[in-house]
Amino acid sequence: MPKRTDIKKILVIGSGPIVIGQAAEFDYSGTQACKALREEGYKVVLVNSNPATIMTDPDMADAIYIEPLNPETVAEIIRKEKPDGLLGTMGGQTGLNLAVKLSKMGILEEYNVKVLGTSIASIEEGEDRELFKNLMKRIGEPIPESQTVTTVEQAKEFVKKIGLPAVIRPAYTLGGTGGGIAFTDEELEDITQQGINLSPINQVLIEKAILGINEWGEFELEVMRDKNDNCIIICPMENFDPMGIHTGESIVTAPTQTLNDHDFQVLRTSAIKVIRALKVEGGCNIQFGLNYKTGEYRIIEVNPRVSRSSALASKATGYPIARIAAKIAIGMTLDEIPNDVTKETKACFEPTIDYVVVKIPRWPFDKFSTADKRIGTQMKSTGETMAIGRTFEEALQKAIRSLEVGRFGLGHDPKDKISNNKEEIIQNLKVATHKRLMYIRDAIKIGITPSEIHKLTGINQWFLEKIKNIYELGNTIKFTKESITEAKRNGFSDIQIAGITKKTEEDIRNFRKENSILPTYKMVDTCAAEFKAYTPYLYSTYESEDESNPTDNDKKVIIVGGGPIRIGQGIEFDYACVHSVFALREMGYEALIINNNPETVSTDFDTSDKLYFEPLTYEDVLNIIERENPKGVILQFGGQTPINMAMKLQKAGVNILGTQPEAIDTAENRNKFGAILDKLKIPSAEWGTAFSYEESLKIASRITYPILVRPSYVLGGRAMQIVDNDEELDSYMKEAVNVSPEHPVLIDKYLGNAIELDVDALCDGKEVFVAAIMEHIEEAGVHSGDSACVIPPQNISQEIKDRVIDYTKKLALALNTIGLINMQMAVKDDAVYILEANPRASRTVPYVSKSVGIPLAKMATKLMLGKTLDDLGLKEYKEPKFVSVKEVVFPFLKLKGVDPVLGPEMKSTGEVMGIDENFDKAFYKAQAAAGSELPSNGNIIMAIGRERHKIEAVPIAKELIEMGFKLYCTKGTSEVFKKNGIRSIKVPKLRDDSLLLEMMKNNGIQLVINLHRGSHAKSDSAIIRRTCVEQGIPYITRMSSAKASVKAIKALINNKISVNSLEEYYTKYN
Amino acid sequence: MSNNNPLKNSSMHAVLALKDGTIFEGKGFGALKETAGEVVFNTSLVGYEESLTDPSYKGQILTLTYPLIGNYGVRKDSFESEKVQVEGFVVREFQEFYSHRKAVKSISQFLKEFDIPGISGIDTRMLTKKIREHGVINGALVTSEEKIDAQEVLEKAKKLTDYSSIDLLPKVSVKKPEFIDAKGEKTIALIDTGVKLSIIRNFVKRGVNVYRLPYNTKPQEVKDLKVNGLFLANGPGDPEMAVDAIKLVKELQSEMPITGICLGNQIVGLALGGKTYKLKFGHRGTNQPVKNLRENKVYITSQNHGFAVDANSLDGTGLSVSHVNLNDGSVEGMKHKTLPIQTVQMHPEANPGPWDIENIFDKFVKDLK
Repeated sequence: MPKRTDIKKILVIGSGPIVIGQAAEFDYSGTQACKALREEGYKVVLVNSNPATIMTDPDMADAIYIEPLNPETVAEIIRKEKPDGLLGTMGGQTGLNLAVKLSKMGILEEYNVKVLGTSIASIEEGEDRELFKNLMKRIGEPIPESQTVTTVEQAKEFVKKIGLPAVIRPAYTLGGTGGGIAFTDEELEDITQQGINLSPINQVLIEKAILGINEWGEFELEVMRDKNDNCIIICPMENFDPMGIHTGESIVTAPTQTLNDHDFQVLRTSAIKVIRALKVEGGCNIQFGLNYKTGEYRIIEVNPRVSRSSALASKATGYPIARIAAKIAIGMTLDEIPNDVTKETKACFEPTIDYVVVKIPRWPFDKFSTADKRIGTQMKSTGETMAIGRTFEEALQKAIRSLEVGRFGLGHDPKDKISNNKEEIIQNLKVATHKRLMYIRDAIKIGITPSEIHKLTGINQWFLEKIKNIYELGNTIKFTKESITEAKRNGFSDIQIAGITKKTEEDIRNFRKENSILPTYKMVDTCAAEFKAYTPYLYSTYESEDESNPTDNDKKVIIVGGGPIRIGQGIEFDYACVHSVFALREMGYEALIINNNPETVSTDFDTSDKLYFEPLTYEDVLNIIERENPKGVILQFGGQTPINMAMKLQKAGVNILGTQPEAIDTAENRNKFGAILDKLKIPSAEWGTAFSYEESLKIASRITYPILVRPSYVLGGRAMQIVDNDEELDSYMKEAVNVSPEHPVLIDKYLGNAIELDVDALCDGKEVFVAAIMEHIEEAGVHSGDSACVIPPQNISQEIKDRVIDYTKKLALALNTIGLINMQMAVKDDAVYILEANPRASRTVPYVSKSVGIPLAKMATKLMLGKTLDDLGLKEYKEPKFVSVKEVVFPFLKLKGVDPVLGPEMKSTGEVMGIDENFDKAFYKAQAAAGSELPSNGNIIMAIGRERHKIEAVPIAKELIEMGFKLYCTKGTSEVFKKNGIRSIKVPKLRDDSLLLEMMKNNGIQLVINLHRGSHAKSDSAIIRRTCVEQGIPYITRMSSAKASVKAIKALINNKISVNSLEEYYTKYN
Repeated sequence: MSNNNPLKNSSMHAVLALKDGTIFEGKGFGALKETAGEVVFNTSLVGYEESLTDPSYKGQILTLTYPLIGNYGVRKDSFESEKVQVEGFVVREFQEFYSHRKAVKSISQFLKEFDIPGISGIDTRMLTKKIREHGVINGALVTSEEKIDAQEVLEKAKKLTDYSSIDLLPKVSVKKPEFIDAKGEKTIALIDTGVKLSIIRNFVKRGVNVYRLPYNTKPQEVKDLKVNGLFLANGPGDPEMAVDAIKLVKELQSEMPITGICLGNQIVGLALGGKTYKLKFGHRGTNQPVKNLRENKVYITSQNHGFAVDANSLDGTGLSVSHVNLNDGSVEGMKHKTLPIQTVQMHPEANPGPWDIENIFDKFVKDLK
């Protein structure tokens, strides 16, 4: 069936910022969709608030709107662009919810916009618990006993019938937000209340819990259907962690391992029945519980859209689900869409694989030491990694190496801290946390049998026997050709083998090379070699035949990617890597990429000339370099991961393109960097390195408080803190860090009330181009990755800007930068201080690129390959005439026990961008895009801790009153306001009365301004902030943000929202 | 030799040599034995119990492309025939430990029980690519507790006769007629050229009694049974070797409704004047897309065949193509323009594979006289 001709222009909705439960996979799916639609000749209008996405790049759509993803804004875009089609199934839950809302608003009907792919009615039938239940009943498919409720009372009533434990699933929330399993009445009340609050329709489903400990395994099928009713299964997957743990939190294998043909066909047949009943046109994910003991099954959940699992299934099989789903959405059928991998066959078949895939989630608990680390029905992981091998052992150990948690396999590595405490181990088997896999290994080590572990965890014994294999094999490895070959075939890294055989990593490497124990690279081809494949997507294993087929092209470059998404290393780095590939291909180079994140665009098989899906360790990367023999390797774009191996690779003789590793080291080494600053006469905040407690006191008295302290190494727990006096320093040094000569503590003068700046610049070794100066909205002291910022700067003079540019140029040249450099500076009392310089891509690269309209990572790549700034036409610093505000989003909602306050440690997961003609409007948009929509009327809590801040807040309060808000203040704040003639309603402190909380819970409060520096998780402020997070009330914890917000609220009251495409901003305002 | 400890097997040596000189050395499992056959691959992720017992694999050494085989062990049920039919089994890694509620033994025990050797630990993807590029190829497989002289195995492989010239049907057919009573009103005559039991089960399930007849049953013998239709089963080998069945169809074509699956499809094609040819490496898997030309709809099907009917040879036979393979356009089903004859190349009985086209049996049954 050929494509639809009644539509010409299609609006594609993205998924917004990276949050827990919604990561880079929707950039991947959106990008594929845009490409697929334009290929068929449609005009594409794209809206997404996240600038760090490939889909929002100029080449990806005909018009790109970086605007908030709320119904009002998107309606405005529809009025302006008049698309005739809408694709809402590519932007995750966000896109889907938005499509449903737009449809309900009537705007789609009004402008005759047709919903493409799966219909709104089908989406609702799949997403609405009650409708879905009815549908399943109608077609006779089994689901766990459940009931939809809207009050806690109803929940309790139903549980009387089904008994505990019960699962609580809020309707229409992302990644299971607000849900959980209740084992007690108290938990039932708590979770149900929270779920009702968080559900946009205040509805939760109470469901009989079917859990792993009762033999329920969890399975997933990715299904596709077209309008001719052709149905195919892309990939059956089995969760290592059984029912009770969200699939996003589970270790997952593809294909299923323990189902026989009959079991699989039962699930397959059921999946097809469901997708037909739902009339899905596109992709759909179906989760099943199957009881290992009885064989009965239940349908747990259906997602009638592309999802994180479909990204995983795509990368696991090579089948581009999002691309095909987009083609189906425009009316094409599976049998007419070509399979791009094999060329000779069609997209209408079921991929089959000849390897084992293991996915492991990446959790942020290294950054949130106080968070509740139990994993369950709600997602807490920020990202994931995938590994491919020819044995399960190999895939599992490669996946562990890929996690970037300092581990090189399942045990037998230097960080291998064995727990011998049987009680601790058993407890950790029963209660799953991010460490359960390691505890299973420990359990086996102390002699607990796989069958006992199975009883405690519900994990299928097949997987546990594999872990036992790894453990036992590890104990027998010897320094012989035979033994090491066997170890490699089971995924052992050189570092593990070195640990076992008491050699060094280099010894093992040399021995392997002498004995030809080298990896072979095999193809991922959708068809297990049945047909010839044309897409070089490869993984390593130890077999006989190698398929990497390296060219002897002297114009070949390898880019090392960034691995799983985690806090501090987000999608921004994948964005930069993909741009680097684009630049290389533009210049006629063969561009190869190495990465292991299944969600990303960089690991799409048609992004690079060749994709190696591999762990990003020295061993794995060097193996590929030695096989491919490229002209050079680019490490600048993948964030910390590739930088960590730069020195070692260089020592191994690898040609690193662009800025040399020494420069990075110089910039990170305090003494070397200090010397350069001194030589250039560039001021920096005073600092010192303390090797003992006494020394820290001495340094503190020299540079005077407040100071910023942090360990030179980070060992979980509190890492960085602002300290005001000797007492605080005392407790920090004694409680938080264990200072010693090997582990000194770094101390910096904290520049309070300074304006912090970020600068991104390009350097070709001779000239420097300053691309943008960003002014942070939050004062210095908040991690630059967590601070909102604005281009161009709003509060600094031309003279300061000139000095910033001058310092940037001098430093970039002094560090011999070739490519990108990022600097952080602070401006205080007309002086500019350098805080940090990083001669590599920073996380601001996408934001700056979009704001100034220059693709920085592309330009940097070209510089690394010998172009000059002059060649690229990049000369003087130039500010755009419109304003772009970057705001970040935090994972606080998903992480119980974490105080949502900003500080020197980065906590955000993603970012959004708000663009408009002035700061106030742009700031408003950025807030709205970040999900913290500022109110235009209602009640505001103002609770200001410090006296100085209370006075500073007076003008803010005044303006808010003038705009018609009612202020509720605690005693101290209220009194200061009263003295200044401001009316406010005095409320008792939380510890005396829970009135404030009641108001917050009953929609009585629209905004909270809570300025406090205490970070005790039990303080009043912390409870208020936590309540804001849970109730979805916008809250502000910094004076500067409060000021900006007031301006934004004013802009909101006085103006209507207007929308412009990026192109319009570039042309209209420049 | 009679060591029951399965782990002992992993110290077994094994060599697989292909006629073209390629040698794979791995570990043996299953029986200690020398064997030979045509080496073919199947791409299905699951279903080794069903494949191993499928008589269509007679004369062949089967390799599975999925590397981990044996994960769910072997259950007690009867499968597609009463024994393991493949001549030898090739996998990347056989799993001694299995986990499934119905499993009673491991894959190596199963093979040993039926005296079939297996080789494990070899680069099965390399082997698959070899077959894809070269076409199916003869090979010899030897397992032993002693070290094996690979050259000797290779010599054996080189001396093997062509698979197409071997008469495999006597090895897989019943020797005497059997009657399977479904207590139904209608009865078919099923020519057992190596029938998969799931086919018989599908007829019985629909209340059709089955006469399971030897491959060389004469036309008059079928006529005497007064059945409502004739069914040609799947089976191994070159369809041109099935001379008796071809003759049977030729004589009975206007006498009764005729249906068939797989080899049966090819036999009907040949009987009515069409031609068959050998596919380079066959269709063996559970993910083969087949288009029903009348419905213009695609179904994912289970397949296991090395030969196909030549669509161009059907002119004047009265047969027309009803189904085609979406991958290579080959014939997947035929229907006679005037007579009640319809056959398919794929396997609606599945086992292993998707259950999506089981309704083809309904059509077969509806057509019975």
